[in-house]
Amino acid sequence: MKKTFKLDELDCANCGAKMETAIKKIDGVKDCSVSFMTQKLTLEADDDKFDGILAQAVKICRKIEPDCEIVIK
Amino acid sequence: MLVALKIFAPEEGWIAALLYAVPYAVIGYDVVFKAARNIAHGQVFDENFLMMIATVGAFATGEYIEAAAVMLFYQVGELFQSVAVGKSRRSISALMDIRPDHANIEVDGVLTEADPEDVAVGDEIIIKPGERIPLDGVVLEGEGTVDTSALTGESLPRTVRPGDDVVSGCINQTGLLKVQVTKPFGESTVARILELVENSASKKAHAENFITRFARVYTPAVCFAALALAVIPPIFAGGWLTWLHRALIFLVISCPCALVISVPLSFFGGIGGASREGILVKGGSYLEVLSRSGTVVFDKTGTLTKGVFNVTAVHPQEIPEARLLELAAYAESYSTHPIAKSILDALNEEPDRSCIASYEELSGRGVKAVIDGDEVCVGNDKLMEEIGVKWHPCHHAGTTVHAAVNGRYAGHIVISDELKETSREAVSALKAQGVGKTVMLTGDSRAVGEDTAKRLGMDEVHTELLPADKVEKVEELLSSKAAGSALVFVGDGINDAPVLSRADIGIAMGAMGSDAAIEAADIVLMDDDPAKVALAIRISRKTLRIVRENIIFALGVKAAVLILGALGFASMWAAVFADVGVSVIAILNAMRCLRAAK
Repeated sequence: MKKTFKLDELDCANCGAKMETAIKKIDGVKDCSVSFMTQKLTLEADDDKFDGILAQAVKICRKIEPDCEIVIK
Repeated sequence: MLVALKIFAPEEGWIAALLYAVPYAVIGYDVVFKAARNIAHGQVFDENFLMMIATVGAFATGEYIEAAAVMLFYQVGELFQSVAVGKSRRSISALMDIRPDHANIEVDGVLTEADPEDVAVGDEIIIKPGERIPLDGVVLEGEGTVDTSALTGESLPRTVRPGDDVVSGCINQTGLLKVQVTKPFGESTVARILELVENSASKKAHAENFITRFARVYTPAVCFAALALAVIPPIFAGGWLTWLHRALIFLVISCPCALVISVPLSFFGGIGGASREGILVKGGSYLEVLSRSGTVVFDKTGTLTKGVFNVTAVHPQEIPEARLLELAAYAESYSTHPIAKSILDALNEEPDRSCIASYEELSGRGVKAVIDGDEVCVGNDKLMEEIGVKWHPCHHAGTTVHAAVNGRYAGHIVISDELKETSREAVSALKAQGVGKTVMLTGDSRAVGEDTAKRLGMDEVHTELLPADKVEKVEELLSSKAAGSALVFVGDGINDAPVLSRADIGIAMGAMGSDAAIEAADIVLMDDDPAKVALAIRISRKTLRIVRENIIFALGVKAAVLILGALGFASMWAAVFADVGVSVIAILNAMRCLRAAK
């Protein structure tokens, strides 16, 4: 499953890059990309683990850049 | 406040430290706060942390003014940077602002605004002058001019009449249009373009990934170098404070932001600039490959030619020219073959079918009909051989259709596909860009293919190819091209999806049509102008040049300030410039990508 999320208040390009690297390391993630320009996170992961992975990604995001938030629709 | 302090405050001592701590706190409290918070989260080497260490260090070494001023300079630089990024982000998204916000539907005689997503196929919508067409459809009533420039880059407006297709995302300039919707919003042209462009940011170029990896090593490396600089030289030479101060300069420079921002921004700008010209690039990585293109392979029909067959010559024998055309058209009047259609179009009048007594289609050869009592055979050379009529070939390139009346040769009609007006220009523009080889692939006969290739000035032509042969030819060309150069295939998306995906870069044109082609291609041309291929290559090269400039500039300045700082020639001011100043300049440079087409 591949989903795109909006990132609120991502104002540091390097932090975006760090998030991308960290999220890619989560078990079950096939691909992940953080775009500083479009302020978007694209996450591709196994269907059955997706929600768990997303929760971890949110945690990582909060750790690296506390101002930035993944908007979950 | 800083200036006042500079005049009145004492130069040294704890009073000075205290006095300067006030403006420092006012200016930089958020940096210090974020640094502390991020350390609590286990994030060292973060830019706030580095700035804090550097300025606190400057305080510790007695450089109060510098500490406060550098913090001010840094904050101003950050502000500039976020303004520049915000502005470029907005101007790029403005380019892609083709999303329609509403559709007008008539309910009980009253016009109401509806969300385009809620409009179903078959519904009728009203488009007022000046409004954006919200969904793809067919004009039922009204006439007007439509501005397609947001999609195709074509500045000339198009006139639409009842029966014409209109594409979502275009702007209706004049006239009220009543349109019947043919596709749901999710499958409409505008939704597909937006999806494509939005996804493009996730396909990162090598240069982007390189920078990200580089940044991960760069910051710790510079920090350790700073530590070494602070500790090792003073052990041998003394002067702890001097070396500590130099080390702090290192810390300020260690943030890789200029690179991490400007490289993706350049690609994003290049993609945005291209989309304004009707060239949709699916990702930064494709721009990168496209800039290295050395071989461009074109499909012929529909790509270099219009894909519409026209009668280009009528050569009668023993009968008048008009009569030959008339006979051929009557004989072909029941056929649905494209060739038959073009002969009928050339006749320019509806044939009176009552004079056709019998009609027989001879598959792969032609037709046989009895018209006004005469037996008329119209078809290729095989048919002529079969009925024993002596025919002669034509010197014109194209498909030759022979005709015989009552067993006597009556001449032939030549049908050929017209070249697009811009095809020649497209090929010569590619040459001018330094593309080494242009190749044409076609399923047409050798004579037709070679003639077309010669007229266009192509280097190589392969004719009489079946769709599967095209893949094979492209494989061959791929294995023979120079290392490091890329092979681009340009097709109209009909039957060539496998070739599009096999080539290094697949360009599909006239994308309003085929979904399979959009899926398989890396770059999609909204209209069917082959000259856009050269333009796309030019945009990609300019983008890559700007990326390189930014990488070299940012790294160069940082390296220079690092060296000068280590030797004691650079102040902390220079270091802040090397950090935020370089970022701002690199961002401004990256913005030039938006105008790469000009």
